[in-house]
Amino acid sequence: MLEVKNLTKTYGEKRAVDNISFSVSRGEILGFLGPNGAGKSTTMNIITGYLSSTSGAVTVDGLDILSEPVKAKQKIGYLPEHPPLYLDMTVKEYLDFMFDLKKVRVPKKAHLEEICELVKITDVYKRLIKNLSKGYRQRVGLAQALLGSPDLLILDEPTVGLDPKQIIEIRSLIKQLGEKHTVILSSHILPEVQAVCERVIVINRGVLVADDTPDNLSHAMSTDHKLTVRIAGPEDGVYSLLSGLPAMLRVDKLGEREQGGVFEYSLEAEQDADVRREMFKRLSERNWPILALRSSELSLEDIFLSLTADDAPLHAEPSSTDRPEEASAAEAQEDGGDGE
Amino acid sequence: MFAIFRRELRNYFSSPIAYIYIAVYYALSSFYFFGTTLVANSTNLSYVFSSLFTISIFMIPILTMRLLSEDKKYKTDQALLTAPVSLLSVVMGKYLAALLVYLIGIGITLVFAVIVAFFTPPDWAVVFGHFLGTLLLGAALIAVGTFISSLTENQVVAAVGGFVVGFALMLVDSLSSIVQSPLLQGIINGVSFTARYQSFTVGVLDLADVLFFLSVCVAFIFFTVRVFEKRRWS
Repeated sequence: MLEVKNLTKTYGEKRAVDNISFSVSRGEILGFLGPNGAGKSTTMNIITGYLSSTSGAVTVDGLDILSEPVKAKQKIGYLPEHPPLYLDMTVKEYLDFMFDLKKVRVPKKAHLEEICELVKITDVYKRLIKNLSKGYRQRVGLAQALLGSPDLLILDEPTVGLDPKQIIEIRSLIKQLGEKHTVILSSHILPEVQAVCERVIVINRGVLVADDTPDNLSHAMSTDHKLTVRIAGPEDGVYSLLSGLPAMLRVDKLGEREQGGVFEYSLEAEQDADVRREMFKRLSERNWPILALRSSELSLEDIFLSLTADDAPLHAEPSSTDRPEEASAAEAQEDGGDGE
Repeated sequence: MFAIFRRELRNYFSSPIAYIYIAVYYALSSFYFFGTTLVANSTNLSYVFSSLFTISIFMIPILTMRLLSEDKKYKTDQALLTAPVSLLSVVMGKYLAALLVYLIGIGITLVFAVIVAFFTPPDWAVVFGHFLGTLLLGAALIAVGTFISSLTENQVVAAVGGFVVGFALMLVDSLSSIVQSPLLQGIINGVSFTARYQSFTVGVLDLADVLFFLSVCVAFIFFTVRVFEKRRWS
């Protein structure tokens, strides 16, 4: 469906996108994960033909976006980061205009009604876009992308600025759309990509750092060796006990969390080491109960650090997509990584 | 192209721009019509048409200033450029919308001609020659204005740029009498809109003049498309 080969985009000295290759097959929902400024939007703008690449090729269903732009663009529905809305038009006028602009050849009225039902904007159909809330504007932008039922939907951060209820709605809508369309969805929120996508591409500083299923990705990111534990017992005693555990690298006191001598600690064990059983045994011997135990939350920043920390071979072959993240994750957190 | 054309036209008339433009255009040209024709007891519309040169130069930037700059500013160009249409048809849709509003403006001259016809039948061939000249002048100026609008995302900058170019076009002729070099004089006379336009207002329909204005249109529409193209590559 979509084939991206060795895509590079430079702005002067800066490489916004650096030799990215991937392909998306029909019916897939692909997540595009990366922090702000990673090159997600640039990549999407190149795929949709808004920007040109410095080098590399994009083909949509066998059509090159540069040599056959009109035909290729007909297959793409694009919701950019800022929905391209004419604020002085009503929703109806705007969708009418986009319908004509995209030269969609299906009965207009029924098609527009169907899409408005789908994205739930029927009740604002006659209102001026400038008077709509951010959530509604986002949906009008989504409606615009859906016009003509394009095979490939490209959604750039579709849930940014929405309230939690709307986010859930949009996510389930995207899942629903994924049944009929191929969807590429960008986000800087890991759980969102996990919730919606079957496959994830992680990109940082213009470089593709991982291409895998969300499950594998989070497994590779497994955080069993980084824990936060809440224990009832004297702080110093527990601290020295925890520090004495085998394979324990580091223990930090997080302070008192409940009345009556309940403290929290953050633990970092060696990679692949599971300290939980041993910890439980020793604490129960002293009768210091564990009140809570959880994996320390891995922020997106941590993931990028772990995926990108001192992995020179990866940078040399960024196009190899055979799970490079496992190799890099293994050595990533030895020194906390500096992200380079 | 027609979708964009219709949208632009709707935009002109749903905002005050088109109304103000047309009202001021009518008022100014009627003033000249009153002064040079009715009061002077003349049926010669040449003076009216030559005054339209100045009026058009100062009014057209108002029509063209937001044509492309607004899209750039509000990122709606993303919708236009990722739609399955060519760059040329995007530019042409916008260009033709501005041209139509301009046409409504200069349409007032036909009313003048009809008014004159109550007193004595004008030479209709000359009137239509005038009209064609004014239309071509506008078409060329709108192409230049569209080009300027594509260079910036600020409407005010686009308008001021248009005024400056218009002003330069008005003043460039007086330079030719000052400069000594025949080469420079040749260049100045070559780019002069005034000389080309004047031959229309005195009733001469010269194919060279028609081609001159048409080439300016084609050239600047081409440049505008290139600006879009360049923006993608930069």
